[in-house]
Amino acid sequence: MSASLLRAENLHLWRAERHVLKGVDLRVRGGELLQLTGANGAGKTTLLRALAGLNHLEAGRVFWNDQDVREDRAGFHAALVYLGHEPPLKSDLTGIENLKYWTGMRRPLTDSAIAEALHATGAAGFGTRPVRTLSAGQRRRVALAGLVLAAVPLWLLDEPTTNLDTEGQQLIERLVATHLQDGGLAIAAVHHRLAIDPSRLRELNLFA
Amino acid sequence: MSDRLTPPLTAARLVVSRDLLLAFRRPEQLVHPLAFFVMVTTLFPLSVSPERAQLRAIAPGVLWVAALLAALLALDFLFRDDAQDGTLEQYALSGQSLTWLLLGKTAAHWLLTGLPLSLMAPLMGYTLGVPMSAGAGIMVTVALGSLALSFIGSIGAALTLGVRRGGVLLSILILPLAVPILIFGSRATELAIRGETYLAPMELLASVVVLSFTLAPLAAAAAVRISLE
Repeated sequence: MSASLLRAENLHLWRAERHVLKGVDLRVRGGELLQLTGANGAGKTTLLRALAGLNHLEAGRVFWNDQDVREDRAGFHAALVYLGHEPPLKSDLTGIENLKYWTGMRRPLTDSAIAEALHATGAAGFGTRPVRTLSAGQRRRVALAGLVLAAVPLWLLDEPTTNLDTEGQQLIERLVATHLQDGGLAIAAVHHRLAIDPSRLRELNLFA
Repeated sequence: MSDRLTPPLTAARLVVSRDLLLAFRRPEQLVHPLAFFVMVTTLFPLSVSPERAQLRAIAPGVLWVAALLAALLALDFLFRDDAQDGTLEQYALSGQSLTWLLLGKTAAHWLLTGLPLSLMAPLMGYTLGVPMSAGAGIMVTVALGSLALSFIGSIGAALTLGVRRGGVLLSILILPLAVPILIFGSRATELAIRGETYLAPMELLASVVVLSFTLAPLAAAAAVRISLE
């Protein structure tokens, strides 16, 4: 996967009477992190969801590797993971079961790969407990293990550091740095900027 | 980074096994519709008449209306939890065909509600004075009818995802579409009780199953995508 490229042109989106995205342009290539900043309600989440194709854009186009994503939606989705505010985990399943189903739906997984990913995100100790019994921060670590396991080039992260302790924030920074080094790209909506090598860092400030 | 993707059928099977596992962790989803079905059918001997001949005459209608309502009650569970915890969103973004995944979900839903209902139906028929010899016929027709209802209902369940307390709206949307199922189903059951051949209405019922099986997952997938906005 050499030189992935996500490009968006002139994105417009309305929420009822509110013009949320007013002609957003962006361009992120493999190895770069784009941080979306802006006040609450500026449209960071909306932009992420619109890029993923969850929200309908009134105007504008998104290109993945110079191909309009509408031409191959499944291929684009197979190349991205979107992680929203809430980790998409089933509370009645254990962390390992959640990963087996959630990420296993994307690509075949082995038990050892799951264990490795849980270890990498510091979730190895509670992978066999039902997610219902985990704290918010622990859930997020399980979800991050899913992100690592998916092994896709494009990460769309909404407030990835929510609920995480200081060590957890460093974990995110480490994960993102590794991802970028491997040629991946990431777009993250953040309130607290991630400490990443500045040469890889881009920023887009959205105004409410 | 691996290019190997999970094949669509494996993904659909994962959805089925996940939903079955979840249902066994939290069995009320399994028990509520069954309990409802049993209670409604036992109300009739109490309220109409304990007379065997009379009960037997109304048995097909009672069984089918009760089974339909019980299945409808269960439909509300179909997508709601997955919509709330973001699972549907992840399904839509998995790179897999959402239609296949929802087909898996609906199949799992039928295994958890329609199948137990159809296994229970001959027993409830027996309490209404229906001979056990009609049991197989009742079981097969209720199984087919509930399967068709699961598929048709998946459209309604997907459409009402954005509605708070969509349960009533779901019933209003789906019940008119369930009328053919009710007509063919109760007719087949009636014939089975009388010991006659019930092949004709059962085949019509099967054709409704085929129709809903082919079209409903497509419509449900479109509706789920809209609800994710």
